Amino acid sequence: MAHIKIKKDIPGIRSLVNFRPETGKPLYALVQSLLRGVSSLTEAERELIAAYVSNRNDCTFCASSHAAAARYVYGEDKYLVDQVLEDMQQSAIGDKMKALLRIAGKVQLLGNKVLPEDIDAARAVGADDREIHDTVLIAATFCMFNRYVDGLASLTPKSKKTYETMGRHMVDNGYIFSYKVGMEL
Amino acid sequence: MPHIDFNNNFPGIRGALAYRPETAKPLGELAQILLKDTVGLSPAERELIAMYVSHLNDCFYCGQSHGEIAVIYLGDNRQLVEDVRNDYKSAAISDKLKALLGVAAKVQQGGKHVTPQDIDVARSHGATDRDIHDTVLIAAAFCMFNRYVDGLDTLVPTDMELYAQRAKQVAEHGYGPHIYAGQQPL
Repeated sequence: MAHIKIKKDIPGIRSLVNFRPETGKPLYALVQSLLRGVSSLTEAERELIAAYVSNRNDCTFCASSHAAAARYVYGEDKYLVDQVLEDMQQSAIGDKMKALLRIAGKVQLLGNKVLPEDIDAARAVGADDREIHDTVLIAATFCMFNRYVDGLASLTPKSKKTYETMGRHMVDNGYIFSYKVGMEL
Repeated sequence: MPHIDFNNNFPGIRGALAYRPETAKPLGELAQILLKDTVGLSPAERELIAMYVSHLNDCFYCGQSHGEIAVIYLGDNRQLVEDVRNDYKSAAISDKLKALLGVAAKVQQGGKHVTPQDIDVARSHGATDRDIHDTVLIAAAFCMFNRYVDGLDTLVPTDMELYAQRAKQVAEHGYGPHIYAGQQPL
């Protein structure tokens, strides 16, 4: 049961933005800009960073939903998502993504864990400043969302099918705030 | 030196915000609502939570900046801010704020660390659902801001007077594009 009185049967972040739309609006705008805005990282790659960080933060709701979104956009290559969540270093994901995910993993621990060597390693395999910036901010942002969702003990669905539907919805519709958000799905 | 070239020499988060205005806009709106709202928790209490979480995350820039803003709201009571930073349990603050700082500290460790008992304690001292919600989200948001600031190794001023100058700007005009667009206070 959630720590505060939020609408029953609405999962995760949706129940929280429904409780407090004033903060829900900029939260949705932030994630829409980071995961769907103009970027040289693909939507699949950005969803994967979100899922990877959420998984490390042990946030089942965020990890499952963003992994589902990533699988949906990776299409035939969706096995990469499961490989990265299982063991990123051994996965078949490209070198640039590996370097960026390593930075995201450091950010998940704490900001000052990111070292110049980590940045150099990402640059050496083709990451530019903007991609490094976005990786750090996506990772930092999910360190917020994960704590928000679990810190208030919001509803975490169990069914894989539910997350598949959610992931598809997140890709097809984006993260658009509406006062009805949370009522869908 | 920051990990990436921000094309500006603004301190701390301001350098990162100016580099990427698309994400700066919602980040500023979020900070404005969470830290300036006067319903339930006062702006001073909100800034104290932000300062304390930043301190736990070892983020000097955010800890110092939000501490200075709290000093202003508390009528220049710097000692109280230091007391909260060093040992909030023995600081001269309300039991309600102590309980909420306890919840914030759990959020800093990870969302699942918050227990129903932590919430019950806060409630027994008068915290409402909205207070608990805002405390959890302020703590979570600073787990983001701190990582953004340190993860890109933004510039950290060593002249303490600069923190007071920028704090005055935020106390008077709030959060938003004015803190990273154009001339810095110093």
